[in-house]
Formats: sequence, C-alpha cells, structure tokens
Amino acid sequence: MMRTSPAGFALASLVGAFAAALLVLAWSLLTTLTTTGAASAPLGWALASGAALGGVLAALRRGKDTPAPAAWTAGAAVGLAWAAASGGAPLDLAHPFWGAPAAVVTWILIGQTTRYGLREIDLVRVDPHDRERVLLRGLRGVGFGFFVTIVVLPFWFMVASSLKPRAELLRDPTNLAIDVSRGLTELLVGYREVLITFDFARFILNSTFVAVVTVAITLALAVLGAYAVTRLRFPGRAWLSRSILLIYMFPAIVLVIPLYAIFSQLGLRDTLPGLLVVYPATTLPVALYMLRSYFQTLPKDLEEAGMIDGSTRLGVIWRITLPLSLPALASVGLYVFMIAWNEFLFAFMFLDSPEIFTLSRGMVALDSQEVPRQYLMAGAVVVTVPIMILFFWFEKYLVGGLTSGGVKG
Amino acid sequence: MRGTLAAREARLAYLMLTPTFAIVFAIVLFPVLANFWIAFKPVELGDLRPPEPIVRERLRSEATAVGGDVVVRYQMRSSSLDVAIRDVVLFDALPAGLTLTTDDPRCEQDGRDLACVLGTWEGGHRENLDLTFEAGPAYADAGFPDPLATRPQMRGRAPNVLTDATFTLDNFRRVIGAPDFWPALRVTLWYTVFGTIGSILLGLFAAQLLHADFLGKGVLRGVFLFPYVAPVIAAAFAWAFLLDPLSGNVNAVLKEYGLVEQAVNFLSRRTATVDLFGLELAVPMALTVVILFEAWRYFPFAFLFILARFQAIPQDMYEAADVDGASPLQRFWYVTLPQLVGILSTLFLLRFIWTFNKFDDIFLLTGGAAGTKTLTVQVYDQAFALADLGAGAAVAVVLFVILATFMILYFRFAPEGE
Repeated sequence: MMRTSPAGFALASLVGAFAAALLVLAWSLLTTLTTTGAASAPLGWALASGAALGGVLAALRRGKDTPAPAAWTAGAAVGLAWAAASGGAPLDLAHPFWGAPAAVVTWILIGQTTRYGLREIDLVRVDPHDRERVLLRGLRGVGFGFFVTIVVLPFWFMVASSLKPRAELLRDPTNLAIDVSRGLTELLVGYREVLITFDFARFILNSTFVAVVTVAITLALAVLGAYAVTRLRFPGRAWLSRSILLIYMFPAIVLVIPLYAIFSQLGLRDTLPGLLVVYPATTLPVALYMLRSYFQTLPKDLEEAGMIDGSTRLGVIWRITLPLSLPALASVGLYVFMIAWNEFLFAFMFLDSPEIFTLSRGMVALDSQEVPRQYLMAGAVVVTVPIMILFFWFEKYLVGGLTSGGVKG
Repeated sequence: MRGTLAAREARLAYLMLTPTFAIVFAIVLFPVLANFWIAFKPVELGDLRPPEPIVRERLRSEATAVGGDVVVRYQMRSSSLDVAIRDVVLFDALPAGLTLTTDDPRCEQDGRDLACVLGTWEGGHRENLDLTFEAGPAYADAGFPDPLATRPQMRGRAPNVLTDATFTLDNFRRVIGAPDFWPALRVTLWYTVFGTIGSILLGLFAAQLLHADFLGKGVLRGVFLFPYVAPVIAAAFAWAFLLDPLSGNVNAVLKEYGLVEQAVNFLSRRTATVDLFGLELAVPMALTVVILFEAWRYFPFAFLFILARFQAIPQDMYEAADVDGASPLQRFWYVTLPQLVGILSTLFLLRFIWTFNKFDDIFLLTGGAAGTKTLTVQVYDQAFALADLGAGAAVAVVLFVILATFMILYFRFAPEGE
C-alpha cells in the first residue's frame, strides 16, 4: 500500500487545524451565548491540537478515507486530553455540561469534519486540484457557520430578549439562554403586557384583516388583468406587457407626499379603506405579472373547448382557468399577504388612531413610549411569528412565486 | 371593425383591465404627477386643512309658553389667523313653530331653515350672532323641543394653496442649495452601490452552499429566507438592540473576546478609525452598519434567483469541463459564472433601483442620523419633520429623475419577454 506523503501530512494537518479552529470557536461562541459568564477561545491550542489530529487521521487512512471509528476515536482522545490538561475545565468552563463532555463531543466532531474534508483527496500524491477542492470545502464550512450565525442570531436574540427583564439583560448581556426556572407566567410577562395592555391583540386582527382583504382585491383584479393580457388580443397588449413591471420601480416615498395630501383632503387618511386602496395598487403590477407568466404555461385547448360548449369568457375563467391556477394563486396570494403584513411606510404615515393600527404601526407607537426593551422584543416576535409560520407552511409556493415574479423588498 | 370578433375581444380585454388601470392610475401614476405639482408650490403641512369658518351655538333664553322668546347665540370664528374667507354662510335648522324676530338683513328664515349670508371674513375674524325666535303654537304643541338639536353648518370659500395657480422654484432652490443635499446624494449612492453588491455577493455565496444535495437542505433554504420574510420593523429593532452599546449582545461578545476595549456605538457614530497594517483609515461607521443590514436583509432575494439559475445549468457543461481537466475554481469561473451573467445583471439593476428607493430600513435603524441620511429620508424629513411639503416633494422629484435614468437603462438591458 502507498504511504501518505509529507505533502499529504501537511495538507491533513492544515485541514485538521482549520476544522479545530472553526469548531472550537463555534463551541466557545455557543457557550458564551448560552451560559452565564464567557468562555475563552484558546485558538493557539486548537490549531496545534487540530494539526496533530489531522496528522493522526492521515496516518490512519485506508485508501482515500479514514474509517469513521478511527476518526472519532482519535477525536475523542484529543477531547479527553483537553479536558484532562485543563483540569476538567476546557475554555475555562467548569460547567457540568459545557466542560469536559462538550470537549469530547466537539473533538469527535472535529475528527469527523477533518475526515470529511480529506475524503476522496489523494494524500499520496497531492495535486493542485485536490488542494483547491480542500480549500473550497473549508470555505463551505466557514460559509455554513457564517450564514447560520447571521441569520439565526438576530431572531434568537429577539426571542431571548422578549423573555428577559432588563435587569437580567444588563447583568449578563452575552447570555441568550432562556431561564426556564422562572416559570411560564414570569417568562411571558412581556407578551401579556404587549398583547393586552398595549392592545397588540387588536393590531393582530387589524393586520390580518388588512392583509386578507388586500389579497382578495389584488387577486381578483390581477386574475382579470392577467387573463386579458395572455389570452385576448387588443391594441397595446405588447406595450402593456412590458410596462407592467415598470410601475413596480416607483419609489413609495415619492407617492407618500401626494397621497398624504390627497387622502387628508378626502378624509381617507387614518382609515383602513385608505390602506386598502394603497396596498392592492402597489402589489397589483407584480401579481399581474406573476399570474401572466403562469397563464402562459396553461394549454389553450381546454378553454377553447369550454368556449365551444357555450360558456362565456368569465365562465371559462371561473371553471377552467382558476382551478388550474391554484398553485400560482397560492403563491401570489401568499406573497401579497407578506407585503401587506410587513408594510411599514404607509401604515406609519396614514394611521393615527390606535383602534385601527396595524402591527407595524403599533410597534412604532410602542417604541415611542417608555416601554422596556423586553416588551418591544415581545412585540417584534408577535409581528414576526405569524408571517414566519405561514411562510414555513407554504414555503414551496412562496419560493416559486418569489422567483417567478421578482418580488420587491 | 365594430362588432367584429376582434373588436369585441379587444373591448372585453379593456373591460377586464379597467379596474387595474383605475387603481394603479389613482394610487401610483396620478400621485407621481401630483408630486411634481406640489414640488413647484409653497405648500406646508398645515395648508392641507384649508381655512374654514367654525361655529358653536348656545341657548341664551328658552321659551316656556306660546309667544315666549327663544334666543340662540352663534359663536363664529375663522380657523385661520391670516387668510380671508369669502362667501361665508351660516345654516341651521330649527324646530317647527319658531319664527325669527331679530331684524338682521343678513339672515333669512325659510320654513324651518335658517340661512345667514355673512360675506367676507378677514383672517382672525370672530363674531357672536344673537338671534331671537318667537315660539308659536306648533312649537308649544311639540312640547318645546331643544332648539339646538340640529348642529349649525358653515360654508365659505378660502384659497387652497394646493389647487391655486401660485408656482415657485423656491423649493428646489432651497433643497438643492441646502448644505446637506450633496452629502445626502453621496450617501444614497454609497448605500445603493454597496448594499446592492453586498446582497448579491452574499446571495451568490449562499446559493453556492445550497447547490448540493445534503440532509436538511430544504430546512436550511427556508432558514436563509428569514431576513427577507421578517417584517422590516422587527428586524430593524432586533438589530438596533443587538448592536446597542449598553446591553447589546454584539458589544458584550466583542468585549468578552477582547476585540474591542470599549463598547462601540455602531448606529450613532459617524466615523471610526480602523488600524489596517499601521494605516489609519476613517470608515463611515453607521453607514457601513446600515449597508450591512441592507445586504443581510436582501441576500435571500439574490440567493433564490441565483439558486434557481444554478439548477438550470445543464450538467453536461460540467462534464465537458471535467474532461478538459478543469479545477473546481476553473469550473466556477469558466462554466458557472458565464451562465450567471444574465441573472446577475438583472439582479443588480433590480436591487439597485429598489435599494435606491429604500426608506424604511434606514429610517428605522438610525432615522438618518450619523451620516446615513439618504435622499428618501431627506424627503420624509423635509415634508413631515419640517412640515414643508413643497420641499419634500422637490427632493422626491430629484430622486425620481435620477431613478428614471436608471429605469431607462434597465429597459435597455432587460432581456425581452421574461
């Protein structure tokens, strides 16, 4: 059997050191964020031990892979060594869970990661392609860590702060763990205050009402419009098809001043009907565009058969086109719902009376009062959770809709 | 052609498109035109309520028998201290059986209706009008009802700055001449260019990560969309608190790891000096954070489009590249990237335009403070914080003109059809 070359050992050590640095940092950060006090991050030791582990894995290779049990055992051994060398407190953690056991688990993971990083790589004769593949694997590892952190951290922070009184936040600002021992009523006090005292329960209803009606109006008008643009011939059709999306490029802030002036004079400002005109108008162009794209994929034959059977156009749309377009309607509807639910600018400019506040507007009102951060974050969770649930439920539709329409943000 | 099949089809099409046209015209196109109109007028926020006559009535004397006198006092004033109101008229409806006995040539009674023609009021006009009515039998029969039961109405004509023919270039002169106009334009371009590039680069990287099959890919794809789906107000508050110097998590962690000595006020510090290999660089701090927020919030948008495009790249192109002995990076550079040029340029223009238009994010994060005031925030500040609608509209016009230039570019470069 061919032996691993010095260059192979060097590469394996590099991979091991890199994996160790990445995972020890992640472990340290995770501990800092979930326990009282902070963990240290002994990067130097991590690099050195990781390089050694990489070398061991290179020595234990069978063909182009290290057997998993060997990699895990080697990792666990390093973990135990760490725990022993630090007197059972790696990363300065004497914690019964985050200390020694976590060291072993982390190092097993480092072993596995290193093994994965070196799989299929020829360590006997290392060529530039393999080095590049290893580099890209490293980049992927960093990428996953990076993206998961930046996406999850703000939302985790939001939820955690909504369950903590200010004193606790100030005492230990790195700690994002939720202190379950305080009991459910204690924990949820922010939510109770926001929903009842600050009337967010009513704002949820308002937001739901506004979003649902916006979806209904937008879909009704967009179906008619999209059908006309795809199926009927009329002068100006091509021009219209192209300029639909143009409307979507108009900045909302340019519309705000005149709409504010006009709505003030018409008495539409500070009313829900006012919002219910603005939201469909701003979502219609893209809804129409998305539905148009979908209608173009539907076969004409069925509709023509329906026409021959004596149905009217509207009858055909109702009985043939719409049932076939349910997935598209779902994705357009969901997207319009999201826009209406999240909308901030017009709600902020138009609504003054607390009875008709939407959630976004309610958040601004909450912010202007001297309310604790805990309540504000509870409010933020209340605004976010419904749209997240809806979105996760129908993710498939939404993703299709977003990409086919080019949703603005 | 009337009555032919083609004409009927066209008529039906227009009919079906009418509601869309109507609402888009009323809420999008007309306001844009109106914005241009307002930009040339000296309109302030207060002018939205035109001057009007206001009246309150009080009962000075009640009748208890037929022939008794009912005295009503109308307390009237103009809502404006400086603008005259012309053709002021007072209307009221009285219970049946009351007859006006006050001899005032301005007032006339017609059945139960009372009308007083009061002429022109100068600004700040106030007047008390006492009118005496004699109670007749019909009034007594009705049981002496309350004469104040119907509210009096007033009408008058006042000039409306919004609709009259005064035009001015002052708004533009003031807005463009203001010392913060050019900085705002520069900040806008900075924010737009780097926010756009940042979100697309992050999206490209994220799409690369998920363009492979592995366990949990679907969940991860959903999680990556969080920043984009979450309401901007929740995301902005979460960031603001996360970056807070006092109790924010980021500062606490940075201090814990010894990366900073003192808490950094990320959102309210204008510049920070960064020591790069002994070179002192002044970096706009709050602006950078706002740009990072923009990139963070909209990378999922780019990510989705790029991922969809990845999946459409034919596999045999990669096989051919492998046969030619291309390295992974070469595969990306010579095979993947050329396939992405179309979607990347479309994304760039779309995101460029939308970031240029962006208001909510910066407004909620910094309110335009610490060197983050873009043109959109400027529109809001002028129109609503300073109550000068005309000036705000003028900034909006400038914004719109710059944008129109981009739109023309977009339509030049956008691929036909899809």
